[in-house]
Amino acid sequence: MTFSPELEARFEKLLKIYPEGRQRSAVVPMLMYAQDEVGSVTRELVEEVARRCGVNPLQVDEVVGYYSMLHTKPLGKHHVQVCTNISCLLVGGEELYEHAKKTLGVGNKEVTADGLFSLEEVECMGACSWAPAIQVNYDFYHHVTPEKLDKLIQDLRKLQ
Amino acid sequence: MSEMVNLTVDGKAIQAAPGTLLINAAKQAGIEIPAFCYYDGLSLQAACRMCLVEVEKTPKLQVGCTLPVAEGMVVHTDSPTVRASRKGMLEFLLTNHPLDCPVCDKGGECELQDMTFRYGAGESRFLEEKVHVDEQQWSPVVYFDAPRCILCYRCVRVCNEGMGVNALGVINRGVNAEIAPNEYDHLNCDECGMCIDICPVGALTSGAYRYKTRPWEMEHVGTICTHCSNGCKTTLGVRGEQIVRGNNRDRSGINGEFLCVKGRYAFDFTHHADRLQSPMIRKNGRLEPVSWSEALALVAKKWREIVERGGRFGVIGSTRTTNEENFFLQKFARQVLGTNNIDHHRSGDIPTLLDALSGRTGALATTADLYNEKAVLVVASDLSQEQPFLAWQVRANVRHHGAHVYTATPGPVREDRTAVRSVRCEPGREIEAVESLGDALRAEPSLVVVFGDAIKGEALRRLVAFGDSLGIPVKYVALLDYSNSRGALDMGLLPDLGPGYHPVAAPGMTMAGMLADASLDALWVVGANPLSRTPLASPDAFVVVQDLFLTETAERASVVFPAASAYEKSGTVTNVCGEVQRLKPAVKIAGTKTDLEIVGLLAKELGAQLGVWLPDNVFEEIRATVRGYNVPLPVLATGGSAITAALNGRVKSAPGPELIQSARNTLFTSGSLGRYCRTLQSVLEAPGALYQGK
Repeated sequence: MTFSPELEARFEKLLKIYPEGRQRSAVVPMLMYAQDEVGSVTRELVEEVARRCGVNPLQVDEVVGYYSMLHTKPLGKHHVQVCTNISCLLVGGEELYEHAKKTLGVGNKEVTADGLFSLEEVECMGACSWAPAIQVNYDFYHHVTPEKLDKLIQDLRKLQ
Repeated sequence: MSEMVNLTVDGKAIQAAPGTLLINAAKQAGIEIPAFCYYDGLSLQAACRMCLVEVEKTPKLQVGCTLPVAEGMVVHTDSPTVRASRKGMLEFLLTNHPLDCPVCDKGGECELQDMTFRYGAGESRFLEEKVHVDEQQWSPVVYFDAPRCILCYRCVRVCNEGMGVNALGVINRGVNAEIAPNEYDHLNCDECGMCIDICPVGALTSGAYRYKTRPWEMEHVGTICTHCSNGCKTTLGVRGEQIVRGNNRDRSGINGEFLCVKGRYAFDFTHHADRLQSPMIRKNGRLEPVSWSEALALVAKKWREIVERGGRFGVIGSTRTTNEENFFLQKFARQVLGTNNIDHHRSGDIPTLLDALSGRTGALATTADLYNEKAVLVVASDLSQEQPFLAWQVRANVRHHGAHVYTATPGPVREDRTAVRSVRCEPGREIEAVESLGDALRAEPSLVVVFGDAIKGEALRRLVAFGDSLGIPVKYVALLDYSNSRGALDMGLLPDLGPGYHPVAAPGMTMAGMLADASLDALWVVGANPLSRTPLASPDAFVVVQDLFLTETAERASVVFPAASAYEKSGTVTNVCGEVQRLKPAVKIAGTKTDLEIVGLLAKELGAQLGVWLPDNVFEEIRATVRGYNVPLPVLATGGSAITAALNGRVKSAPGPELIQSARNTLFTSGSLGRYCRTLQSVLEAPGALYQGK
């Protein structure tokens, strides 16, 4: 499996930053970065990462199954993650999530027909002080209201 | 030794070495801290939370299986809080655990049952429906029932750490977490069944054993595995004259709980439909069943004739029969038949090793040494495939003691993965490869060298000379093939050496010599199948065979006696490291007799005075006459292993390294006997070739 030169360079660095014999530590970051480029964690990617880190594919599968930010199916271009954990729930996180479902017309871990958006109900993302919070790809949005969410989705659409 | 740590557990003042885990310190003081995931010898997991205890001055309950003892620590293992916590943990474990105990294989010996009985609540507050997932079959011998699993990770750890196979993992998380096999829906592994054995519940069950019996309906017979030379104790579960299970859950024996696929499953040959159950005589070209008296009388008559006219005998002994049988056989051959033409299938050059090591003590490694010595060098052997228990010891040594492993093999082996240095060599050039490791080995404090059949004769002397040049204590293990290959050598199934490696006055013919001798008058084969490899040159030889099955050799016989297997007899066997252990009969197959009895009856028929042919009597004679075998009887009687003090002088044996040839058994083969083990045949996923590095 081949990756972009930038990603290859990143992988090369990753395999060097851990102590000798601990290269399996690179499994999580490699999967994360590769997922962004490939679109999802494919079977092929699992086997490639396993090979590069000197572990067997099952050991990579363990990691993929454990971390919710690793996805085995392709996501939308903008992956909208709405927190419904306690702090967000107390200030309208659930309503926000329901609203997002309606606005985007998709359910949990589903992708819109145009492939632009996907939605996921997530657990605490550590933004309790600014609840309710959402995360789109790697960006956080704080004190989100249904109106703010609609505006954000419109803006993201306009980016195309 | 650093100073002991003082602590108080349940009001009892106890002492423990620094670094001791609380769970073990309490255990030493007779206080049980219950746990599922904690497992002696494996890495710490702290997954099950059953071992939570109260430690004064810490705000929360502490995990007893990962908490090292500390000076002044005050622990309560039976406070109301701890009791409530255990009840809660068990209630959680039982939320999805099916209560199918009445039909579960584990029922009666299930740790979850025991814990619930002892620490659990009488009722559950969960009214929700249990999550059900269908059972999966991962291999002919491994079944997985996910809802029963309590996620203690023992199977994963024993597979990864203990076996070095890495065939099991845990996928998904939280309530969805489950054990998964390495090939998505099935296992590609050693099929050792360690995962099944170590499972505290009935989540992993054995294809060979499942639904056959309730555990308490079995009798448990601890005996020695009849397959490879490592001498593992296997506890056979017997129900109604049938062996239904092999394991070593009580950790007795040199192997602790370890068993490979052979020790755990390959007992099924005992009830194979092809077992011989009656003596047979060749009549009109065909082998026909006859009575014992007819067969014995015919053999006696023929042999007497041949002895009287000074005819030529050849005797081939077994690498699986007991020491007593081997001793009695060679005594019969030498005293009654008057011949030194006695041999067996040799797989390691023990005589040369003993000779090269003459004058020193403690130079022969025990199985325990492989676990305790600082460094291990594996030469010309795919240890994990050919010598599974020795390989287990080496892996445990690396894990627990940080031992350094070196390999010098013709191809990749599993030991390479933990080796500090691995060198490849062409067959025949092993010694050069070993010598290239000299500088690294010189820096080790001590070393055990285990070597395969490629190292024999001059090569072996060169290896010992190399060991001497290192300037460190070096011990050796010459690897052998079968459960009593060592005993066959020690008991003198050799044309030039009698019991205890005493040279005989007039050396006889080797096995190759006998088979190639066109004027051989009689061939007597006890528990061996030499004709599967080499044809018999003498067309008119009167061939007598004692075996379990109609092998290629038995098919050529004039008289065949049905023999009992190792699982059907008493006696002792000696493993590859010279450790003597005792067999116990688990079952009796109608119509068979032990080889000792058959030889004894033949002696009686010939009017020979060879003494009483009971295992205990013959072993007494062995103890009295065979050097190294004066071992303490109580050790053997209680199921222990006694180390034979090997001969410590020169061994004057005729050279013959070309006669030494390992059968190269893998995990899934076991000579002719392996062909009759259905389980071994069924799990044979890959051809199981050596040197694939798996």
